[in-house]
Amino acid sequence: MKKIFYIPVFVLLLLSWGCNDDEFLNRPPTNILTEEQVWGDEGQVLSLLGNLYNRYVDLGNFRDFERPGLDALTGWTRLADFNEAFWSESGRYKEFQNSGWDLNTWSIWDYGYIREMNLFIQKCEAAEKLSPAAKDRFLAEARFLRASYYFELVKRMGGVPLILEPMTYDFSGDPTYLQHARAKESEIYDFVIKEADEIKAKLPANAGEKSRATQAAALAMQARAALYAGSLARYGVNTPSVSLPGGEVGIPANLAVGYYTKALAAAKEIISGSVGAYALYNKKPDLSENFSSIFYDKANNPEAIFVDDYKLQSGKVHYFTGSNQPRYGAEEEEGGRINPSLNFVESFEKLDNTFARIPTTNAAGAPIYYANQTDIFEGRDARLAGTVMLPGTTFKGRTVDIWAGFQLGNGSIVSGDDRGAQKTLPGKSVPEQVVGFDGPIDGFEFTAQTGFYLRKYLDPVVGSGQRGVNSEVWFIRYRYAEVLLNAAEAAFELKQPAVAAGYMNQVRARAGLVKPLVAGDITFDRIAHERRVELAFEGHYHFDIQRWRIAHIVMDGNAISAADLSKDLGKATKRNTQPWALWPYKVYEPGSPNNGKWIYKPVKLSRVTGADRFQLGNYYSLITDEVVNNNPKIIRNPNH
Amino acid sequence: MKIRSQFIPFLALLFLISACAKDNFTEPKSTLSGRIVYNGEPIAVEYNQVRLQLWQPGFGKLAAIDTQVDQNGSFSALLFNGKYKLVVPKGRGPFKTLEKDAAAKDTLFVTLEGNQQLDLEVMPYYMIRTPQFAGAENKVTATLKLEKIINGADAKAIEQVSLFINKTEFVSRSTNVGVTDIAGADVKNLNAITIATEIPALVPTQKYVFARVGVKIKDVEDMIFSPVQKVEF
Repeated sequence: MKKIFYIPVFVLLLLSWGCNDDEFLNRPPTNILTEEQVWGDEGQVLSLLGNLYNRYVDLGNFRDFERPGLDALTGWTRLADFNEAFWSESGRYKEFQNSGWDLNTWSIWDYGYIREMNLFIQKCEAAEKLSPAAKDRFLAEARFLRASYYFELVKRMGGVPLILEPMTYDFSGDPTYLQHARAKESEIYDFVIKEADEIKAKLPANAGEKSRATQAAALAMQARAALYAGSLARYGVNTPSVSLPGGEVGIPANLAVGYYTKALAAAKEIISGSVGAYALYNKKPDLSENFSSIFYDKANNPEAIFVDDYKLQSGKVHYFTGSNQPRYGAEEEEGGRINPSLNFVESFEKLDNTFARIPTTNAAGAPIYYANQTDIFEGRDARLAGTVMLPGTTFKGRTVDIWAGFQLGNGSIVSGDDRGAQKTLPGKSVPEQVVGFDGPIDGFEFTAQTGFYLRKYLDPVVGSGQRGVNSEVWFIRYRYAEVLLNAAEAAFELKQPAVAAGYMNQVRARAGLVKPLVAGDITFDRIAHERRVELAFEGHYHFDIQRWRIAHIVMDGNAISAADLSKDLGKATKRNTQPWALWPYKVYEPGSPNNGKWIYKPVKLSRVTGADRFQLGNYYSLITDEVVNNNPKIIRNPNH
Repeated sequence: MKIRSQFIPFLALLFLISACAKDNFTEPKSTLSGRIVYNGEPIAVEYNQVRLQLWQPGFGKLAAIDTQVDQNGSFSALLFNGKYKLVVPKGRGPFKTLEKDAAAKDTLFVTLEGNQQLDLEVMPYYMIRTPQFAGAENKVTATLKLEKIINGADAKAIEQVSLFINKTEFVSRSTNVGVTDIAGADVKNLNAITIATEIPALVPTQKYVFARVGVKIKDVEDMIFSPVQKVEF
């Protein structure tokens, strides 16, 4: 009886619930924003733009960089590439045991990113609810990002298809209308330069804005792009086989002057101060400390123009400090991966503007004894100690413990094969430490195998080397010193050496090189050298030697001998195929005046067995078979 | 009974997995081998630097099968029978490729049915003639002649001539224990070139080295080499 009563009630309930409301199926979703919602609200548009900013591509970076269809690139390895440093990590020794780079080592081809930027631009232009001022700025920023990515593409791949609108497939079975041929290399550079001109006025001129595009960022990009194009035009003749008949790779030499003029003008606009108060960072009296502070001081830093910013406890942090800090006493007991090479350390000038090798022996070949460990590096460019952690210097208040062992009076060496190993010295009864806690121990990863650690970009804040905390040091993409050097190079190439000297002297004065260069001192080698030491480990060296077409001479596949090391210092084409090390030894010779002093020896690490050769095919990276198969209009790069 | 019925899906799964493990293609069995030659003479190069590309059209997406050229100019590839196109990537090798006609350009069409020998005729810029090596106390001396093969508009100058020595048979720019370079400008007489390289202390001691002479041609990436020779001293 009860059952019979319940059944209609249930049916009734079911029906009444099902018919509840017409609006039921029209409820807005709670996890998706509609187009109107996004494009009606400036905050939402900004967050879309933030996504595009986050996908900005640099050569070197603190993050791993995913490449569709290819292996991910580890950011820090590319920063310290080309034997400017040895990588003290056993998984990466193979990079020093081969004889070059794969043709696709630097390939990128992310047209998905370009499409999204094009979509953003298209939709932003159509959006009606945004205020005109905000809309202009958003559009300018998106175009800045798009031009930046095309600039990155052309640097690596040469001319690429220039796609400026979001393409859509019509499912007709015939995709040929989507296939575009490669533009000329010069056309892509022209595009970058033109975009910078057009968006400049719509961006704010604000030196306090670092992580979003500003007028200065657009100009800095323009100056760099024009400079690159100019040098490709001028020096491309040195590698005639690196070119394609259609101009997809290679820029005619007669365009050089025009590009250099443009680069100089753009750089001058920043230097004149009309787009914001930028200046060289000069806050600290100790010049080396001042130089390293450029990269971690984020408070009113007048030098940084455009950066990839990070923030603690926001999710966007990086572990660069943890990967490369001196391992001894570090917060996580790890680090030490980037070991700057002796070749790089030796390239820093003495304070009288001359080049000299690090003096380990006197003219007769006898070792020079130093009372303090750092004495051997005395009287050099302050950027040396600002870029490289030298043995005997400190990081986070702790001295780096880098020494390879004791040298006895008879010339034999007492050392250990573990960090801080202990042994009993002759004539003593108690074992004592015979090798530094930071190495160097040959083949022992994370110790300073070359005798040096990296200082640039390392964060001195407590906790920065801790896995759970990480670092918020920013990666500087454009900074004022580079603008000055770009201006100097462009001026030099335009046969205005006095102007070039003026810009270079500003940068050099900050590094403690007080004797100014005069017009007659400015040579190509000088320009190349200045960029190498000022912009080391910032991702510039790669494209510098590439656009000057000297990479295949610098890395010619010949091994470096001890005699080669001290030859041709300061020359842009000095061979740099293998990283060398410099090991400090403590002298143990009781009764002798040299007891307790330091001597240094250049060492070739046993893990370095290959000698790098930059092939002509490396000048432009491989366009994968996949891309060529999908678009037969794409022609391959030379030597591939 | 109940337990057994539970096993049946597992057995089926096992069967399926084991079925997938077997590749239903036979492996490639035909070898295409040969040498890079000029008038039948092999051209020696650096190992793992010069490569040939084999393309097999007709199977959808294309990708090159790279074939490395050995130190003595020989190459070999293990392939399926079929039709291939053999090319030298642009700019590789110390030579110019020969253009047969305007349509085929320098592509070599290969029909592979079983093992095949195929020599690739090219036009080198220079040939190293009569290289002779002599070992003395801690020194290797080489004498050679250079013959300029390509003259006229396509001719290229010599950048440098180098004598390399190494402890093993692999002698190249990156693997050597001693090298002496002569700049191209200092080579006055192509018919009488002499280079000497000092032999450093070898660990472990051996009373022989392997030597070869390489010629770097201006604007050409790969060097042309003489055959490797064992030199006793």
